[in-house]
Amino acid sequence: MTGDVAVLGAGMHPWGKWGRGFVEYGVAAARAALADAGLEWRQVGSIVGADTVRSGYPGYVAGAAFAKALGWQGARVTSVYAACASGAQAISTARAQILSGLADVVLVVGADAAPKGFFRPAGGDRPDDPDWLRFRVLGATNPTYFGLYARRRMAVHGDTLEDFTQVKVKNAALGALNANARYRKPVTAQEVAASPVVADPLRLLDICATSDGGAALVLSSMEFARRHGVAEPVRIRAVSTVTPRYPNTVLDLPEIATDSAVAVDPTAETFRASIARAAYEEAGIGPDDLSLAEVYDLSTALELQWYEDLGLCGQGEGAELLRDGETAPGGRIPVNMSGGLASFGEAVPAQAIAQVCEVTWQLRGQAGDRQVAGARVGITANQGLFGHGSAVIAVR
Amino acid sequence: MSRTRTPVVDGWFTGDGDDFRLLGTRCSACAAVFFPREDVHCRNPGCPGGDLEEVPLSQRGYIWSYTDSRYRPPSPYVTDPELPWEPYALIAVELESERMVVLGQAAPGFTVADLAVGMEVEVVPGVLHEDTETIWTTWHWRPTGVAI
Ligand SMILES: [Zn+2]
Repeated sequence: MTGDVAVLGAGMHPWGKWGRGFVEYGVAAARAALADAGLEWRQVGSIVGADTVRSGYPGYVAGAAFAKALGWQGARVTSVYAACASGAQAISTARAQILSGLADVVLVVGADAAPKGFFRPAGGDRPDDPDWLRFRVLGATNPTYFGLYARRRMAVHGDTLEDFTQVKVKNAALGALNANARYRKPVTAQEVAASPVVADPLRLLDICATSDGGAALVLSSMEFARRHGVAEPVRIRAVSTVTPRYPNTVLDLPEIATDSAVAVDPTAETFRASIARAAYEEAGIGPDDLSLAEVYDLSTALELQWYEDLGLCGQGEGAELLRDGETAPGGRIPVNMSGGLASFGEAVPAQAIAQVCEVTWQLRGQAGDRQVAGARVGITANQGLFGHGSAVIAVR
Repeated sequence: MSRTRTPVVDGWFTGDGDDFRLLGTRCSACAAVFFPREDVHCRNPGCPGGDLEEVPLSQRGYIWSYTDSRYRPPSPYVTDPELPWEPYALIAVELESERMVVLGQAAPGFTVADLAVGMEVEVVPGVLHEDTETIWTTWHWRPTGVAI
């Protein structure tokens, strides 16, 4: 077990398609988090930005882009990129700085201005880039991978389209209660079923959109939190950022093939499950201790996969857990009380930070109509391209 | 003027007709197989590192999963924007002896309605797209023993 860091502030810029720059969203989120923490920007000793690859040079040096916009004040700066896990790696970096004594107060910011339509690779001919190759050779968009996973679950575990539909219905109902969500209307099963198929068997409403948005956290040492008058802050107890282990036998984005298991037998535990296990081990808790979970529902079917990978149920039992209502409000382990990516749409570098914002508000009892009664422990989880994934455990 | 047939990626497949094969590499030290091919370093973390030799992959395998692309993929996938979009199926195929899953487009004419997890497929030569000078070739997965 490692030491705790305090979450003093959480803030977001609402998700949507606003047509403005990512710095504006990030700065709005940062100011909201600072206000929530009751701190001035000049009291922040370090800023960590989660990069976006869609906004040119400022996006690659997001930490500096946010620091400049907030007003240069001499803070230590870091910028990190880890695909969908960028936000979690920014949190991990901030936490390491605090635990090592390099900084007392760290501002973590992620924001994105997303393009219309499918995510696509950067321009130019790059036959040595797997992300370029999967588009060039196969036209394999992100939703086609989600379609492969969904069809596999249907064949192996007996999941049905109706199960996938119910994930969307659950998350949309929660998103309707969240002022920061992009989609704020309940969705019916009929609407999901009537939406056009994008990548068989998944329909438009099974797949998360891409959004603009920004999220920020103010983290500090426990000692600083006490001096600041916060006796019982939400505490981050674990941040898992582990890589896969060879051979990785799940066809992960953006690969065209899995590793071969000829030379080395694969471990029984998948990469996604190992992300969660590492977080549980670091926090010294298990799935039974959780009050809620925020997972990366890039598709409805993937949310069910996360139930299993987080150990909320056994392998293949995800759909049953959903059908029993255990992951809905009032259930044993509510999942995606924020509304999830289904209601937000993915703003890549902000999303993993937004997950921790939701957990923070839940653990403080400030989640309003979405509140999980008596929430004490929350976990977040995501997976991105190129062997990235993360899980954060927070407690109160 | 005759057009040249050019593989969409060099060195990933070879041969015609019944002799068509995907090409990977195999490590001489640990026997790990790689597709797409690794030509510099073996990626087995427990391997001291051997020579990577070209090896043809199995021609047949079983469908691990499948999907399709109902909307036109973005560039660098090449399509003619003047033509209506024709969805195609994508098949992930489990190769038994290589113990790996390889993704590919389905042979033309096969839709998701023709496919099932566990079905046997074989690799066949295919055309990705054509322009005035070049026929860009690729591999396709085709259900075995099925006529359409
Ligand atoms: Zn080797």
